[in-house]
Amino acid sequence: MSVVADNGAPDVLRVENVAKSFGAITALRDVSLRLGKGEVLGLIGDNGAGKSTLVKILSGYHRPDSGEISLFGEPVHLRSVIHARSLGIDTVYQDLALVPGLSVFHNMFLKREHTRLGVLNNGSMRSQARAQLDSLGVNIPDVNAEVATLSGGQRQAIAVARSVFSDAKIILLDEPLAAMGAKEGGLILKLIRDLRERGDVSQIVIAHNYLHVLETCDRVCLLQNGRITFDRPTAETSVEELLTLVGAEYRAPDA
Amino acid sequence: MAAAETIERRPASAGRRLISTFIARREFGIFLVLVALILYFNARNSAFGSKENWATLAEYGSPILIAAVGETMLLICGEIDLSVGHVYALAPLVLYKVAEHGWPLVVGLVVAVGVAALVGLTNGLVTVYLRVPSLIVTLGMFNVLNGISLLISDGSQQLTPTNPTFGKIFGVGDYHTFYWAFGIMLAMHFVLTMTPWGLHTIAVGGNRIGASESGVNVSWIRIGNFVMCSVLGGFAGILTAQHIGTTDPLAGGTGLMFYGVAGAVIGGTALMGGSGTVIGTFIGVAVLTVLNNGFTLLGVDAFYNDLFIGIAILLSMALGFLIGRIRGKPA
Repeated sequence: MSVVADNGAPDVLRVENVAKSFGAITALRDVSLRLGKGEVLGLIGDNGAGKSTLVKILSGYHRPDSGEISLFGEPVHLRSVIHARSLGIDTVYQDLALVPGLSVFHNMFLKREHTRLGVLNNGSMRSQARAQLDSLGVNIPDVNAEVATLSGGQRQAIAVARSVFSDAKIILLDEPLAAMGAKEGGLILKLIRDLRERGDVSQIVIAHNYLHVLETCDRVCLLQNGRITFDRPTAETSVEELLTLVGAEYRAPDA
Repeated sequence: MAAAETIERRPASAGRRLISTFIARREFGIFLVLVALILYFNARNSAFGSKENWATLAEYGSPILIAAVGETMLLICGEIDLSVGHVYALAPLVLYKVAEHGWPLVVGLVVAVGVAALVGLTNGLVTVYLRVPSLIVTLGMFNVLNGISLLISDGSQQLTPTNPTFGKIFGVGDYHTFYWAFGIMLAMHFVLTMTPWGLHTIAVGGNRIGASESGVNVSWIRIGNFVMCSVLGGFAGILTAQHIGTTDPLAGGTGLMFYGVAGAVIGGTALMGGSGTVIGTFIGVAVLTVLNNGFTLLGVDAFYNDLFIGIAILLSMALGFLIGRIRGKPA
């Protein structure tokens, strides 16, 4: 039945024959993919190939027109972002995640505050935030600092850490390195690899830089014209091959 | 990060640490402005520092502070209430009407505060669910409430119904309104900085989508702060009516609302939401109160008074922001 290859490992996420149109525009024609436990999947594709639509479906923002999504073997209908999050799928956007006027530790515990008799237990949140960031190797000098004073990379690392420690099982990273310097980007790539070492979260990383994908991901999927046209372990492909595949679109003779 | 890091790295004595923590606070700039104003007016007119004048300052500033504290919470969560000045007039009138029908004053107080809460609830529901900007909603409410106040009072002042105990608790006597204002200010400072409600209020104003996706009930936070602001405005009106002994349908209005919002903004609360402190609002309202009182004591002509106060407000805001920017500059 399934069109995707099965390697025997239990899949945390399975997408089968998902399609989505907006009026006359077909964003996703027929997408099937799977994500193994602890796996890091790189999702690449040209602008307009349907990457954002796929991410928004997986994060509960859009509902697919047809097709099926299953989580840990159970079919699910993701009703909202909050619903998806409650099931363990968390999306980290570069700009949307945090509240600039709150401290790092308040952001990490937003809506999961530690309280005593209704009063914030800042000491407990502060030390736990410190410990959580340290355990992920995230370098934030001061958890009391307002998020507004931090760099893009630090903010994203905090958002990812928050997801990990709010029991996310699947983390979607939408263009985590966009508009980021090399050093900043390195911080996020290291975080993705460290999470992979821990093995308890699976990640889908949307990226433009094929070198980053090959260095950080276990597997790479290419989305073209609303379909997955290429799905292979990163060990079995190269930057040249990915470039050729994507480039072929431009060189294709007019139909 | 710069400011926070400098503080962390400096191996300073406890005293120096305390000073640098103090300077690092947002409210520091406007606090300097307040001190400068007090020194200036004190030097120009010795009556400024007199015992009687401190009582006058407290009496004048207290209702503004109570309303400003409510506005602070609303501004931080990204909303505004322009109608608070007329809730201020309406609530004591409601108390008057209830007492007129022979009910105890406490019942009148509960009904008046309930009416104020209902006004806030209406402001909040319309803003949140009909998605009308609160600037528009509360501007409409401003006129509606003024109309109701004039209708039920026939446009005339009344003697405030009171009795010795009720009056003493709710504002009769020197500094009695100020105790309330100061207590409410401290309580709201606690709510803003030490409870999930405060945290969520900042989150809603700073990043509404992010807050909502984190599971914060954004509508509930916004509506709740509308109700709180309205209740505080109404309560301030009741305190003043008790304090001065008359219930006036023309009390409050634009003046109180404007001073409340200006006090919050001068104190560093962002008009666009997401940041602000109640302590800053306290200092902001103090600046406005001192300015108004100081100019009056200097004998500034009534026509010039508004002009000077307007310019002074602009300057204190600019100076507060400027000092804040210099302080926040990376070393």
